[in-house]
Amino acid sequence: MWDYNDKVKDHFRNPRNVGYIKDADGVGLVGSMACGDALKLMFKLDGEQRIEDVKFQTFGCASAIASSSALTELIKGKSLDEAARVSNKEIAEYLGGLPEQKMHCSVLGRDALLAAIDNYRKKSRGEQPEEVQVASDVVCACFGVTRQEIERTVRENKLSTVEEVTNYTKAGGGCGGCVPQIEELLTEINASPPPVREAQPKAAKKRLTTIQKIQLIQETIDREIRPQLQKDGGDIELVDLDGDMVVVSMRGTCSHCKVASFTLKFVVENKLREFVSDSLRVVEASSAEAGDEA
Amino acid sequence: MNVYLDNNATTRVAPEVVEAMLPLLADLYGNPSSMHSFGGQVGTQVQRARDQLAALIGADPVEVVFTSGGSESDNMAIRGTLMSMDGRKRHIITTRVEHPAVRGVFQHLGKTGYRVTEIPVDSDGALDVDMLENAISSDTALVSVMWANNETGVIFPIERIARICKERGVVFHTDAVQAVGKLPIDLSRTPIDLLSLSGHKLHAPKGIGALFVRKGAKMVPLIIGGHQEGGRRAGTENAASIVGLGVAAELAASQIQTENREVRRLRDRLQQGILKSCKDAVLNGKHRLPNTLNVSFKYIEGESILLMLDEVGISASSGSACASGALEPSHVLRAMGVPFTAAHGSIRFSLSRYTTQAEIDYVLEKLPPIVDRLREISPFIDDESGKPVELTL
Repeated sequence: MWDYNDKVKDHFRNPRNVGYIKDADGVGLVGSMACGDALKLMFKLDGEQRIEDVKFQTFGCASAIASSSALTELIKGKSLDEAARVSNKEIAEYLGGLPEQKMHCSVLGRDALLAAIDNYRKKSRGEQPEEVQVASDVVCACFGVTRQEIERTVRENKLSTVEEVTNYTKAGGGCGGCVPQIEELLTEINASPPPVREAQPKAAKKRLTTIQKIQLIQETIDREIRPQLQKDGGDIELVDLDGDMVVVSMRGTCSHCKVASFTLKFVVENKLREFVSDSLRVVEASSAEAGDEA
Repeated sequence: MNVYLDNNATTRVAPEVVEAMLPLLADLYGNPSSMHSFGGQVGTQVQRARDQLAALIGADPVEVVFTSGGSESDNMAIRGTLMSMDGRKRHIITTRVEHPAVRGVFQHLGKTGYRVTEIPVDSDGALDVDMLENAISSDTALVSVMWANNETGVIFPIERIARICKERGVVFHTDAVQAVGKLPIDLSRTPIDLLSLSGHKLHAPKGIGALFVRKGAKMVPLIIGGHQEGGRRAGTENAASIVGLGVAAELAASQIQTENREVRRLRDRLQQGILKSCKDAVLNGKHRLPNTLNVSFKYIEGESILLMLDEVGISASSGSACASGALEPSHVLRAMGVPFTAAHGSIRFSLSRYTTQAEIDYVLEKLPPIVDRLREISPFIDDESGKPVELTL
């Protein structure tokens, strides 16, 4: 039996904002056929850079369709930065809750939105837009779930067991070959940041002088970001801070891998926003000259 | 209108079965093993049920062991046989498309020192019997192959496989849960050692099943501590359900031919109707049970289809298991090489003797608009041309 509540059923039966925007500003497509979900999300901005219109198309189960519908309702009228902060938890809450095994559907919605925002930002910087979010560092090969996705989801939802990770991301639900790796990852994630997470972000939300900001960014990179990258053979360095624009250079394997740098930008940006300031934007040294985005 | 087309999951208990069971749930509560005649009359009814079931499958009544259902029968057959061999032989053979009750046992055994060979199927769902024959070695203890597949209805050549195993001196078990009552089975002419069946798939209640154990087959019981079922399965008999299974077996035996002709006609009507009215619908499996239809609707997802069917009163089933902790699309369809785009959108319709033509026509009226609606939402259909597109994910 489906334990969907009436709101989920309503958004499944009558999904809001289904369809297609011909001249969309940003288009994101995420998912995997192996996993049985795919979500295409597109938006159009108004004169004030707020989301004026948003449409989606979903291949997936009832809760994937309902989650997509809920997400589009939640982000209408928001700026891109505001929209990017809508978490999968908020999507689930908007729907009055989703069954545990279906949480991955709300995660999918968020990933599609982030991909669409990135697509828009790349376009506005004059780069070749990538419609598809290709992820690096795949942990679960069956469903194409990356280390970054698992890490973000574990942190946002305070997950502690492999079963929960499978429910939220599908990772480990196929052949099960990656279960030991997920276990390791869980131990690692849950061992590292909690004390910092509690204290640091709150303190950091105070107004900071530029020097303090730089110091905090440097600390966050050293503590939260670099160790991860170095493990995968890459590295990151803080080059400059211009207002809220953090200029970094990626070194090692990362700098040659376009796909990785895309995913990394989000990881780095999320971390810095979490620990330093919500308004920070991350650009790579090479593309910094292209100027301000959005 | 309520239309139940999920008979491979479970069936309606036949009214004749209910009627036969009621006295045993009320006045006839004696223990079949008791010495007094109050219990003895229940024992007589249990014996009669054993005769009825044996008649349906061409067995000797003493070869019938009542169990709690298909899963217990499968466990008992496979594990009980291997236990009787004391680990002298360490190789076991099965197929890639078994029901979890067999598949799970083999996976477990694979982790505890047995070498497991899984025989593949082709795109029609047919088994590579030559490969199975070649896989048998002097170390092979047991072969277990289902008679008919629960998801696609594909029938395997069990008589041929049984003969091969007999010639090579290997114990042969078949999970015949989907076949019993739908296909004629005569165990007096087919050298099968062990056969599992389940009551609730043939209009008896849930919680009752049986294992056919050929005379002379060695098997260590899983449940010990009582003399019941010839010492092969301890525990006071589930008398009411056993009597129900007996009546269900008798009904099936008397009606199997005529019933299957009608069920097949309705199934074919549904199949042709769907393939005609729904674009990109693909039939899964060839040489099938008369009651089963498994169709993939490309570019849309099974659970969404099921939920929309459910809202108009139609009960069917999906091979894709997104709803459960196991997130893989059906292992059966994947073994057949059905691409992901189609495997996730597979729906199984399974009919029974109670299915009517009006019900089939109702499904044929309701289903196509549901498929169209979901395709409108799907990113795999191009917005302007309405044609499927390849998405690189």
